[in-house]
Amino acid sequence: MMSWMVWTLPTALFFSSIAAMLAGMTVWEIVSPTIERKGFLPIATTRGDRLFIGLLSAAFIHLGVIGFTSLSIWIALAVSAVWLLVLMRWG
Amino acid sequence: MNNKVSNNRAWLLVLPMLVLVAFSAIIPLMTVVNYSVQDVLGPNASFFTGTEWFKSMLNDSALQAAFVRQIAFSLVILAIQIPLGIGIALIMPKRGWQASAVLILITLPLLIPWNVVGSIWQIFTRGDIGLMGWGLRELGIDYNITRHSGDAWVTIVLMDVWHWTPLVAMLCYSGLRSIPEAYYQAARIDRASKWAVFRYIQLPKLTNVLVIAVLLRFMHSFMIYAEPFVLTGGGPGSSTTFLSQALTTMAVGQQDLGPSAAFSLIYFLVILLVSWVFYTTIMHMQKDKPPQGGA
Repeated sequence: MMSWMVWTLPTALFFSSIAAMLAGMTVWEIVSPTIERKGFLPIATTRGDRLFIGLLSAAFIHLGVIGFTSLSIWIALAVSAVWLLVLMRWG
Repeated sequence: MNNKVSNNRAWLLVLPMLVLVAFSAIIPLMTVVNYSVQDVLGPNASFFTGTEWFKSMLNDSALQAAFVRQIAFSLVILAIQIPLGIGIALIMPKRGWQASAVLILITLPLLIPWNVVGSIWQIFTRGDIGLMGWGLRELGIDYNITRHSGDAWVTIVLMDVWHWTPLVAMLCYSGLRSIPEAYYQAARIDRASKWAVFRYIQLPKLTNVLVIAVLLRFMHSFMIYAEPFVLTGGGPGSSTTFLSQALTTMAVGQQDLGPSAAFSLIYFLVILLVSWVFYTTIMHMQKDKPPQGGA
């Protein structure tokens, strides 16, 4: 039934992790609601804002690495993951 | 004491919309992501290509040129339409039948479908039968949008200004109407100049509508397709080929679904980034200001 969407394992994993993140953020929000705060980013952000910024910058990190370097995509993924964690904690 | 019963079940009313958006936007977008990492030849015949399409799209010089052209176009459009729209809104009549008449006249271009606007301007600028093209030629100006890329650019910008400045003007007009008379009275007591009234009363009160105007105009001009396609077809050469037209040529003309999917995603990410930056900056500017009375 879903064959028209031509799923592949990497994209399925990608969307599953996004969905897991959203579900996790929802649970986290219910358990302890977010408080808007100011970190090293120039603006005050909530937890969701920081996740969005982290994911969007991760997309551009990946594009940069794929398009303009010959580095492995795994390096982009590692850099993005570290960046996302830093952002969530101190951003 | 807050005795209100907390009930968030109204959120369930959002569900139908969520389902609709899932089918109209989220699932198609996921499919585009799937296409972008494969070479899909037909049902049950696809090869995993990984990041290859992204690499070739990002290094495609024609697309890079289209991207630069697109940014330039959007910036020119914003730089002209936003000040012009504010200006028109300021001089529009405030009340009486004149106000209604001007509103209707100004709205007319907005009612015309995109490709019809393209056709109108295509005929308008023709050297043999078009009023503007013929007139300019009679004045001795060598104006030809199919041969000179400068002419084509000016015409497309002019067309977009004609078509969409009314939207900015109407948004600003509604913003201006919502400023309470008391602000103007206070300004008159202080003998404030016209410029001071504009700078310290009207412009700050217009911020909200200007955010919407800038966002709408940016996104629409960044995705412009039908008007330049009908007017110049992207030419002469590729001097007016903007991103969406480059994408359409690739996806529909050449059926290169994998590369076009990769390209669409890059395009989407850029729009997402710019819109988010716009929105956050302007909303943030507002938050920093000390709260004022009224709105």
